[in-house]
Amino acid sequence: MKVQLLKLAHARSGDKGDTANIGLIAFSDELYPILVREVTAERVKEHFKGICHGKVERFELPNLGALNFLLHESLGGGGTLSLMTDAQGKTFSTALLRMEIELTDDEYGSSSLLS
Amino acid sequence: MKQKIRIAAGQGFWGDLPDAPVRQVEGGPIDYLMLDYLAEVTMSIMQKQKARDPNAGYAKDFVPLMRRILPTCVERDIKVTANAGGVNVRGCADAVMREARELGLNVRIGIVTGDDIMSRLDELLEHGIELRNMDTGEPLSTVRDRIQSANAYLGACPIVDALKQGAQIVITGRATDTGLTLAPMIHEFGWSNNDWNRLAAGTIAGHIIECGAQASGGNCQYEWRSIPNLADVGFPIVDASPDGTFVITKHERTGGWIIIPGIKEQLVYEMGDPHEYITPDCVADFTTIQLEYEGRDRVRVFGIEGRPATEFLKVSISYSAGFKAVGTLVYSWPDAYDKAQAADRILRARLDRLGLKFEKVLTEFVGVSATHGPLAGRPSADIPEVQLRVGVRGQNRNAIERFTKEIAPLILTGPPAVTGFAGGRPKVEEIVAYWPALIPKEEITPVVEVLET
Repeated sequence: MKVQLLKLAHARSGDKGDTANIGLIAFSDELYPILVREVTAERVKEHFKGICHGKVERFELPNLGALNFLLHESLGGGGTLSLMTDAQGKTFSTALLRMEIELTDDEYGSSSLLS
Repeated sequence: MKQKIRIAAGQGFWGDLPDAPVRQVEGGPIDYLMLDYLAEVTMSIMQKQKARDPNAGYAKDFVPLMRRILPTCVERDIKVTANAGGVNVRGCADAVMREARELGLNVRIGIVTGDDIMSRLDELLEHGIELRNMDTGEPLSTVRDRIQSANAYLGACPIVDALKQGAQIVITGRATDTGLTLAPMIHEFGWSNNDWNRLAAGTIAGHIIECGAQASGGNCQYEWRSIPNLADVGFPIVDASPDGTFVITKHERTGGWIIIPGIKEQLVYEMGDPHEYITPDCVADFTTIQLEYEGRDRVRVFGIEGRPATEFLKVSISYSAGFKAVGTLVYSWPDAYDKAQAADRILRARLDRLGLKFEKVLTEFVGVSATHGPLAGRPSADIPEVQLRVGVRGQNRNAIERFTKEIAPLILTGPPAVTGFAGGRPKVEEIVAYWPALIPKEEITPVVEVLET
């Protein structure tokens, strides 16, 4: 069953030069392993096709139930060089929450998982 | 030794809510007020101001703010740590000192300098310190003749020295935002300079509050509709303990909230590799952070581990990188998006015919795809309005200037039902870009002085 990340997690994003970072945080501890399984660096790179021109790195923070993504070459040069409305990558967080991921029937059936 | 100190955040950037620091001082008990003024390109703005006026070059707002809160700070012994000094720390301290004298107050002001390496760049390059761009690997020589400012990020140590010498206010130049929060803990609790876990804890406390209300309900995605009274948002406060644990809270009877999901959002903000958050003071490991509730609007943070600091300091260099301008027009229903796209094609054809050369031309359609790009999908055919936003960048100021004259004419010479040009021609901006680099620590000697009224 496909579910949008918006139902499973919240996020905050920012910038370091031309790299956007997105912290993706599971709504509950039970959801974190699903994020780890589904929201891989490869899938995030694919999701941001045409936006992220460099590599995507992923880091795990199981203590916070969170994943951190670095999207290189994503901000039109970054900082003051960028011509983008969102030169600081502030809205990359919600752009990631548009992603749809696959839940097993059991996971989907356990409605407590979904907010 | 104190068993608890309260460190309050008053500014998350230069231009944050002007009354926030006042409310932190007057709204309840605090021991320290921490004010972070410096973003990556702020130093270059200050450098420009100082070039025009040798008395300028610091966060001007800091001086009237201190005039407002200094009597209370002196009365209640609240100390202030602020990187308001920019590229003219002494000028900033002198201005605050004048206010203190006028108010008839006795204060000691600590000033921390030694971060400015602008005058030493050639000497450093000659000694083989390349100051390569940390992101691109390019050597500094590629922009050497265009550099406007160069400052090393200093850590907590010199601020601690100033506090030890009895400073009530410590003003720094390019000090790390986390150091402004960590320094009071080191000073009050007597932490040693290799107590990595505690130094990491204080650093992470600094990271949580350095963006002001972003830790207390501002920009919080988690159940954002439920956040109480953001109009009256309380800025975050750290209740720190000698063992390195701390509680994030805010004053009573203020808006916003301190909740675990909100603290998590701020923890991951502008994060790189969570295993190594590198500062001049230590390397903090964000994967060791534990959070729990300790009451309403109180989140306890514990379990933090850290490692020894690296042998380098980060350097923030700014350089002139050409010019840019952004023009906008708004197209209305019907066919708003089609009209905006047609206008963009017409504009680009005219720019081509003029033979103008740009490094970059970017078109965005605000209301359609400016923030989420292709992820937003096709807009509804019925979309009520679309803003066309075109930006150009290049080294030739005249070309950028010429571009700005091509926007307004689209109203009379392009697709119909267009408006939104009340502001006149777009402004040409000089681009001051950021060049991050590393320098061996031994090259930098922080200087601490304490001035008295």
